[in-house]
Amino acid sequence: MFKVVTSRMIVPNMHLLTLEAPAVAREAKPGQFVIIRAEEEGERIPLSISDWDEQMGTITIVYMNVGRTTDRLASLVEGQEIPTVVGPLGNATDIEKYGTVLLVGGCYGIGSIFPIARALKEAGNKIVVLIEGRSSYLFYWEDRYKAIADKFVQITRDGTKGYKGHVDRLPEIIKSLDTPVDRVIVNGCTYCLKRVSDATRPMEIPTWVSLNPIMIDGTGMCGVCRVSVGGETRFACVHGPDFDGHQVNWEELLQRRKTYMPEEVVPLRTSKSEEHPHQHREGCHG
Amino acid sequence: MKSILISTGKVVMADPKKKKKPLDLNRRDMPKQPPEIRSHNFNEVALGYTAELAVAEANRCIQCPKPKCVDNCPVEINIPGFIKAIAERDFKSGIQILKEKNCLPAICGRVCPQEEQCEETCVLVKKSGQIAIGRLERFLADWEAAQGKIEMPHIPEKTRKKVAIVGGGPAGLTVAGDLIQLGHEVTIFEALHKMGGVLVYGIPEFRLPKSIVDREVDYLNKLGVEIVTDFVVGKTRTVDSILEEFDAVFVGSGAGLPWFMEIPGENLNGVYSANEYLTRLNLMKGFLFPEYHTPVKSHKRVAVVGGGNVAMDCARSALRLGAESRIIYRRSREELPARLEEIENAEEEGVIFNFLTLPLRYIGDENGWVKEIEIQKMQLGEPDSSGRRRPVPIEGSEEIFPVDAVVCAIGNSPNPLIASTTPGLEIGKKGNIVADEETGKTSRAKIWAGGDVVTGAATVILAMGAGRKAARSMHEYLISQ
Repeated sequence: MFKVVTSRMIVPNMHLLTLEAPAVAREAKPGQFVIIRAEEEGERIPLSISDWDEQMGTITIVYMNVGRTTDRLASLVEGQEIPTVVGPLGNATDIEKYGTVLLVGGCYGIGSIFPIARALKEAGNKIVVLIEGRSSYLFYWEDRYKAIADKFVQITRDGTKGYKGHVDRLPEIIKSLDTPVDRVIVNGCTYCLKRVSDATRPMEIPTWVSLNPIMIDGTGMCGVCRVSVGGETRFACVHGPDFDGHQVNWEELLQRRKTYMPEEVVPLRTSKSEEHPHQHREGCHG
Repeated sequence: MKSILISTGKVVMADPKKKKKPLDLNRRDMPKQPPEIRSHNFNEVALGYTAELAVAEANRCIQCPKPKCVDNCPVEINIPGFIKAIAERDFKSGIQILKEKNCLPAICGRVCPQEEQCEETCVLVKKSGQIAIGRLERFLADWEAAQGKIEMPHIPEKTRKKVAIVGGGPAGLTVAGDLIQLGHEVTIFEALHKMGGVLVYGIPEFRLPKSIVDREVDYLNKLGVEIVTDFVVGKTRTVDSILEEFDAVFVGSGAGLPWFMEIPGENLNGVYSANEYLTRLNLMKGFLFPEYHTPVKSHKRVAVVGGGNVAMDCARSALRLGAESRIIYRRSREELPARLEEIENAEEEGVIFNFLTLPLRYIGDENGWVKEIEIQKMQLGEPDSSGRRRPVPIEGSEEIFPVDAVVCAIGNSPNPLIASTTPGLEIGKKGNIVADEETGKTSRAKIWAGGDVVTGAATVILAMGAGRKAARSMHEYLISQ
């Protein structure tokens, strides 16, 4: 069992969970994920690791409450336990000295891209951090980014902070920088990853995205996380989760992610969850 | 070598003075759930022998002085010995004899392919009256469990040697059982949240109830085996890091990387690997959705590609979920690699078999869901390297028929996690860990390996046999240190 150290909502519908998982904390590297099971009957779902503390033996996850498992996670309080936290899984994001790196984070990706930004900075890169969301009230960890970023940029759909619009505005943002961007790294929902990749493709800037397909075991065994990259089938759990965003077959990934959408609604209609009526769900909605 | 478990069991000889009894060739059938009932539930198909049936079957054994059945058992069980005990209604001695060599009898009695091992070399096989050794093994294991009291073996003095086992499947469980009984400290690291490997994620409830796997794991736990689940060796910790704390490591991480055919449409929604399909149902208990949270689709027409035991498991599971279920296999019934018993069960339950049929591509609808499969008919040509006649496509025989799910059950490669994170470990062409067949020794000191990670996907008992041999070699190494 894995004990909950902190569990709280940081912005509407976005939650932060710190768990005691010393074995994971000891090995975690930027860009990796864990598989979590929130209760005995629960599903196994992958969640990106947003931070860790080797000394304390804890890991921190930022997740959006979107389904049955995350709903359960959101209900946890300090001291409670969950049955499975396994990892760190997947390959770490390649940390090298690239020059100038633009990091784009949206939704939970604002959390999960933080350790990548920190490591790239430590590796001597100039880092530009861009966070995006529907509105400024969905932003978090801005202070953490301001402390490490050479430049910090925001995009909101409603224009309440930074640029107004979507990540489609990336080309003009990149052109406004005083140095050319050598690499783009994106964490967030699939739409965000796709739109950033679409935006940087004409500019020929290497763009790496952290994919988030459905997974069960997370060790290569079930193959449900397969994605087409450059025409080849890859397993996101063992070959990824980072892939060249310009090579990913986005339509296929978006379709595969919808596989269980009808079933995900079933439990919400059962009496058990009616006892815990759902708050209005907030998110980036692509 | 002296030990409880590894010593060669004494084979009970026939008494030459005794009058020869007439041969009874009437192999007793094991009661099963009727097909029309069982095809709608996930309960175990075979119900097991009653004591009367077991004794009657055991009485047919002629107690060969040189029993060939034992020679063909990968774990060298004293088969005539336990059968004689059953015949004498001394079930307690029977289970003791069995457990000298096999710490997982309830599992082996259910899923071992006895027809190509012990039962194949039974002298009565020529007259089609071979003793039902597997059913008797199962009977003893279930009898013991029904007594509610499991006998604990005597464990010798602790050696203070520490062994780590990677993977809680059949190979790892066997190594653990053997080494704990020799006084070593044993820890099993399992990647999933439940012990058992393929026994819990792959083999369905109706063929091997999970409570039986739990029971056998619980037994090892009571013997003192330490169990760590949710721990992926190669990720949570490397083998080398584990070796800083342990004297030896056994790798039994299985064949957990599914193959696809690399034909168009395989990434459509509704196309599964057998591992995914079975894991959702078995490990995650998806057949109990939404009570258990892992969703499983209710499909109407399921095509399972492949002809092995895993394909049968998938097809029979699909049937139980209410689908029309068919096996698509490129050779003929003769060449099906699955156990005959499983093929017959599938046929009885109503699984449709499309032999000499090869999928060419899967066709999707506008939402990316598989809706049709295009196949080509085959004919058998000259034998290939496996000795089976090679299927050759018949030109112009292409056909399209509707499906709403496809399960690809064509095999697995060894899981690459250990191989890719353990420098100096020799890896074979197929990604398998290279290990000595007799000892399980790998190219690295202190590291042994066995089971599917060495051989590629095979059977439970072969993995256990490899575990047995590795345990013997590891024990020799540990006591020499």
